[in-house]
Amino acid sequence: MTAFLTIIIVLFVAVAIWQMVKIFDLAQVNTDESNTGVATDYDNKINAYLMIGFLIFIYVITIVCFVKWGDLPLMSNSASAHGPEIDNLMIISMVIIFIVQTITQFLLHYFAFKYRGEKGEKALFYADNNTLEAIWTIIPVIVLAGLIIYGLFTWTSIMNINEDDDPMVIELYAQQFNWKARYSGQDNVLGMANVRLIDLDRANILGLDEADPNAQDDVITTELHLVVGRPVHFKMRSQDVLHSAYMPHFRAQMNCVPGMVTEFGFTPTVTTEQMRATPEMVEKVQRINKIRVEKSEALVAKGESALDPYTFDYLLLCNKICGKSHYNMQMKIIVETQEEFDAWMKEQKEFKNSLN
Amino acid sequence: MSTHADTHAHDDDHGHHHKETFVTKYIFSQDHKMIAKQYLITGTIMGVIGVIMSLMFRMQIAWPEEPNVIFEALLGKWAPDGVMDADIYLALVTIHGTIMVFFVLTAGLSGTFSNLLIPLQIGARDMASGFLNMVSYWLFFLSSVIMVISLFVEAGPAAAGWTIYPPLSALPMAQGGSGMGMTLWLVSMAIFIASSLLGSLNYIVTVINLRTKGMSMTRLPLTIWAFFITAVIGVISFPVLLSAALLLIMDRSFGTSFFLSDIFIQGEVLHYQGGSPVLFEHLFWFLGHPEVYIVILPAMGLVSEIMASNSRKPIFGYRAMIASILAIAFLSTIVWGHHMFISGMNPFLGSVFTFTTLLIAIPSAVKAFNWITTIWKGNLQLNPAMLFSIGFVSTFITGGLTGIILGDSALDINVHDTYFVIAHFHLVMGISALYGMFAGIYHWYPKMFGRMLNKNLGYLHFWVTAVCAYGVFFPMHFIGMAGLPRRYYTNSNFPLFDDLANVNVIITIFALVGGVFQLVYLYNFFSSMFFGKKTVQNPWKSTTLEWTAPVKHIHGNWEGEIPHVYRWSYDYSKPGYEEDFVPQNVPLREGEEELQH
Repeated sequence: MTAFLTIIIVLFVAVAIWQMVKIFDLAQVNTDESNTGVATDYDNKINAYLMIGFLIFIYVITIVCFVKWGDLPLMSNSASAHGPEIDNLMIISMVIIFIVQTITQFLLHYFAFKYRGEKGEKALFYADNNTLEAIWTIIPVIVLAGLIIYGLFTWTSIMNINEDDDPMVIELYAQQFNWKARYSGQDNVLGMANVRLIDLDRANILGLDEADPNAQDDVITTELHLVVGRPVHFKMRSQDVLHSAYMPHFRAQMNCVPGMVTEFGFTPTVTTEQMRATPEMVEKVQRINKIRVEKSEALVAKGESALDPYTFDYLLLCNKICGKSHYNMQMKIIVETQEEFDAWMKEQKEFKNSLN
Repeated sequence: MSTHADTHAHDDDHGHHHKETFVTKYIFSQDHKMIAKQYLITGTIMGVIGVIMSLMFRMQIAWPEEPNVIFEALLGKWAPDGVMDADIYLALVTIHGTIMVFFVLTAGLSGTFSNLLIPLQIGARDMASGFLNMVSYWLFFLSSVIMVISLFVEAGPAAAGWTIYPPLSALPMAQGGSGMGMTLWLVSMAIFIASSLLGSLNYIVTVINLRTKGMSMTRLPLTIWAFFITAVIGVISFPVLLSAALLLIMDRSFGTSFFLSDIFIQGEVLHYQGGSPVLFEHLFWFLGHPEVYIVILPAMGLVSEIMASNSRKPIFGYRAMIASILAIAFLSTIVWGHHMFISGMNPFLGSVFTFTTLLIAIPSAVKAFNWITTIWKGNLQLNPAMLFSIGFVSTFITGGLTGIILGDSALDINVHDTYFVIAHFHLVMGISALYGMFAGIYHWYPKMFGRMLNKNLGYLHFWVTAVCAYGVFFPMHFIGMAGLPRRYYTNSNFPLFDDLANVNVIITIFALVGGVFQLVYLYNFFSSMFFGKKTVQNPWKSTTLEWTAPVKHIHGNWEGEIPHVYRWSYDYSKPGYEEDFVPQNVPLREGEEELQH
């Protein structure tokens, strides 16, 4: 019944708007004799001023966005060794964009204002100028050449996983709708695995080859613990559909593809504790908790339970559409010192001991 | 329906009326002008569906926990007590994308204006094959119907994102929408591609063969250049999507393993072995990227023409404009990998695609600067069509610039699949192409329907739309840079993003206002068809040939002989002429230079 009423109401609103537009439409017939559909000098003037207004609107919305939301923890607070490289490139690109955007939008809207049509005026017959064309071909070429070269060096250095640094090898394993991490253990070599070997009865949930000696000391966890300053070499698998391992604070992302192993490597540089203590993060967490308290009040009023206060943690998110609960496919990441890591690792069960 | 299967438009005899019945005139018409209108109306209806869907999922993102009676009313069992189901959210996102990209901005835009303008502007009586043209429209209609039917299947419509990456799209057990819904999606798209190919081949043949006397390639209006090159890109890339769709159908229904391998789902191992989802991504984006140029190039052509006409000035750098269309078309086919930087393909390939992708900025910059120079020292007639054209350049620049971030593989790592991407492509090809389409409709409405659109409603429509478009998509850059992934049904499982919730509310409010104000346009469009002011033959005082044809539509376009062409299409404000425009069919005076660069 409510559904039916809603449809009726929405329909009425639409009809009302329609009728108002119609009134607006009919009201003009007598007032504007020259309404042939072609712009008059008066139209040109009004719209020319609106163009300037719109230019100001674009500038204002840009400034408001930068002031209100431009202070992004994700722009300056990277927690990985390669993060600052990406952030620098990002900032340089943003500055270039900002300059070009400001100038071209000004020219476009200002010209639209300045050269508004008037009866009796004639436009300048100006069809071509090779020098100008050359200028605005060559300037982008130079700017882009710089960006391309800088970008490619950054990309290559990020994507090159240096085996000489003795990275810790960890498997990220994706399934609808959760993540698992598999540590390679003492030998730092992951045991062979294939989804065909999955045996849920024996709790071999990632399909490890039980006969493979390298697999025996592997450790499967539901939290991702990393050692600060120690390079990590992720090998990623998925058992069902595409997923994407997105670790925004580490400026890291790679798809997990069923049937193949994908890779990404980085070095975490800031522990969870350190990150929580940074002034930006303290401020952000305070801001979020204020929002959560307000939301909780509304919830409690409705008789539901309040929201937990938020403490910061690094996250691994799924960032490739993977089905119904895609929006809630996450894993906590904890960056800690070697000692803390070792203590945590000791509590975990090795693969050979975890089987039923 | 076959009363004039012999309508070969270039025969001069066919300038006369045929005896036409209602069916051959309005339904199974072979007249390009009627087919253009059919495309436009079908595209409009699909557009309304697509926009309503976007408003629904925007409301879901803004107010995720709150029951919404509109959901209950429109979604029925998918929104028990007004709470939207997570599966239908993904379906809405998927079908919104599919409809807007293919049915509105490909068929609705290209189908309408290529059909309307190619014969009229090159001086032809009709398309090379009126019959194929009719078949093309009806295939499009059929695919639209199937796509709409797919919304009503039991397990829900396709919901794997408009990119339908397998295995999600291939396995019904992975997602409800991957059953019958996806089958219908694939069938609909296969028919759509057939329609698009028939259309494109027709456009290409027509432009090459049926130009009137004197209409050399370098005298063509830029609209025709844009439609022509668009059709070429379509013919090159759409068949690849068709093959991807067919292979996916094979995987889904006949147990092949083109895209699937090593899958364990819901407690069992599937038999698939040896395929790769990455292969599908390659095939999909081999069309998918050119597709965005299939969408934007016609809009660029329309805008170039409208800007020149309303600036009363020649388009600046005509040859550079053609060269940049060609450059964009060429580059568009070798950049698809920038959608796949983090797909697991070889990072070296990523470098190559970064290089080719950023090169596209060069012809794009040339075009933007040429448009700006075109209005410089013009005598601008700020008609609604002109406003939408200026709006087009504005959003094209704003959206295009962020392309240098997304095209840069190193930066893409962190903003891939976030709202930053949504902001980028909606501005640069969604809103821009829509503006191009609106500009075209406001400009050529008199040609299509013989009546004028109400100008003041047009102004209202433009200004509200322009403000809302920025209001919706500009803040999205920032929530994207804060790491918010796209296609999340709700963000409330991530307290990390709690402080972005208010941004999402602002965006949704802009979207609702902008969406509702499209009613102004719809009213204007449909009421002017019957009650609009009757138009004169050449209301905008343009130079191109379509305005030399009579207002009344006749099959064959011109009574008597087809006009001959003596000059390029941009002789506006030419020194030595009293009027500020010289139509293309006016012979050069003695000693007059063609002044065409």
